[in-house]
Amino acid sequence: MSIVKSVTCPVCGSLCDDIELTIENNEVVKVKNGCAMCESKFLGYKGEHRTKTPLIRKDGKLVPVSMDEAVHKAGEILANANYPILYGWSSTNCEAQRVGVELAEEIGGVLDNTSVVCHGPSILSVQEVGISTCTLGQIRHRADLIIYWGCDPWSAHPRHLERYTSFTEGKFEDSAWKAYLQKVKAAAGKKKIASTQRREFIKFRPQPQTQACLVSGPPQLLKKDGRKLVVIDVRKSMTAEMADYFIQVEPNKDFEILQTLRALVGDQELDVDKVGGVPVEYLEEVADAMVNCNFGVIFFGMGLTQTAGKFRNIEIAISLVRDLNRRTKFVIMPMRGHFNVTGADVVSTWQTGYPYAVDFSLGYPRYNPGETSCVDILLRGESDASLIIAADPGANFPKRAVEHMVKKPLIVIDPHMNATAMLGDVVIPSAFAGIEVGGTAYRMDNVPLPLKKVVEPPEGILPDEEILKRILEEVRIIKAQKMAQQSEAA
Amino acid sequence: MVQQKLRVILLTGRTIEQGVGKEQGKSSHEYFEACSMVYMDGGDMKKLGVKNNTNVLVTTPHGSVVLKAVKYPRGPTPGLIYIPYGPWANAICSDATTSIGMPSFKGTPAEVEAAPDKPLLSMAELLKSEFGR
Repeated sequence: MSIVKSVTCPVCGSLCDDIELTIENNEVVKVKNGCAMCESKFLGYKGEHRTKTPLIRKDGKLVPVSMDEAVHKAGEILANANYPILYGWSSTNCEAQRVGVELAEEIGGVLDNTSVVCHGPSILSVQEVGISTCTLGQIRHRADLIIYWGCDPWSAHPRHLERYTSFTEGKFEDSAWKAYLQKVKAAAGKKKIASTQRREFIKFRPQPQTQACLVSGPPQLLKKDGRKLVVIDVRKSMTAEMADYFIQVEPNKDFEILQTLRALVGDQELDVDKVGGVPVEYLEEVADAMVNCNFGVIFFGMGLTQTAGKFRNIEIAISLVRDLNRRTKFVIMPMRGHFNVTGADVVSTWQTGYPYAVDFSLGYPRYNPGETSCVDILLRGESDASLIIAADPGANFPKRAVEHMVKKPLIVIDPHMNATAMLGDVVIPSAFAGIEVGGTAYRMDNVPLPLKKVVEPPEGILPDEEILKRILEEVRIIKAQKMAQQSEAA
Repeated sequence: MVQQKLRVILLTGRTIEQGVGKEQGKSSHEYFEACSMVYMDGGDMKKLGVKNNTNVLVTTPHGSVVLKAVKYPRGPTPGLIYIPYGPWANAICSDATTSIGMPSFKGTPAEVEAAPDKPLLSMAELLKSEFGR
């Protein structure tokens, strides 16, 4: 039995690097410090849902084959394709992503990562207006106003609050954990009193009335000392329950709310009472808190990137932060999902000049999201083969896009039998990056962290990087053979 | 009076159960349980005569899917339904990328109706029915 400390968790973009694992007989048996998702990954990686051998679809069914046969088949499909897409990349290490760029260039394909259905719009906005941001360490030690907009870290980045924002003990700002506990205790007390009252008056209980009010939370809470947590969302999420102030906006109205806040921060008078279902006085409270804080931060998620306006929402959010920097110190950061989606953008930018949706079909990198992005290519039915690695578009792309992906040869490299693998023509199992393979991953604030190899992969299972290198080699051999045949024929 | 159909706005997104399920494996029971469901407002469920944990049919211009309706536990969300990311949500999501590559995963208009007798499809059955594999 051995204990490995300071392991980086390969689940979400928070990349918590304080995980402690107990290893017994080349298996993780205990996880310390991790969240529910972290435990699920470290204890479940070896489970029954793992693909154990390479598979190729024959007569409509996936049948086990050797690694060499699967790699040859994959190489053949890619070498013969005119406009293949290479999509995924976010749940693997930077080393594999680098080989991916080489492969995409070699076959003249389109290299795209999961940013396209995640924070792609955020990247487009940053390219338009820039971004004032920082590392999570700065926020941990200095931020006294934390705003989560259109995201629910309790569900998607469970330790984000505990490690980087409200509930962490910073050098200059204290944790708000005790205050939160007191709030929970007070709420439990109130519930108990209400329940007693209900029991006593059960026969005379009035009929509950549906309240149309969308906004909850008394404004005075923003006047408390210490770190303040504000959540702006279309529904009361778990994070919203922890917040000092929660604003429930109508769906697709974030742009209006952000513009209103910009106007309020700029000391302009508004001639309306409500914006996006929210009374302006509530927004005035938020604007006051923003202007009066010492160091504020907005974290935003899919609630801004996937709703009406998409990249325009982020553009306005960044502009709001830029305006606020005339009055105080303010930063903004996207809540990146997959553990190395930021790395996929970084590697792609460093190698090609563009972060995602990079088209090599003309022999040089071209970038035009909407045209060269995978979902659009699939919806237009243009691709003639796909390589999907470390992602699951079969489960996460709209149906019509998947319909076209399935019509053409589909290569899947993934440790699990996910939806895309079930639909695939060639399925190559890989080792888990961050558990069975080391490497580098980038946290959501663009800080690179080392991934640790804590156990050996099962026999015959290779890392993504190795599989891609073999496919690349196979593609080069097949292309050389084709050229030799063509020159002979000529 | 019980309504036949209810017009709502469809949101899709993350839940912690979906996160735990996906890390267990997409073919795991946890993932199926976490993703083949829809969070609805308690008041809306009453309007439709839908009981907690019974099946509903959600339809958009892009398709329809049977899901288990669960009352949203953290306050009212009238006119909103929330499906965790997964193949069930994507069977009905809007694919409009508005020329920037991002489909409209949130904010699609949808209709919900009670469907207590219609079966929930497993991931393999859903993929088979949609893509023939």
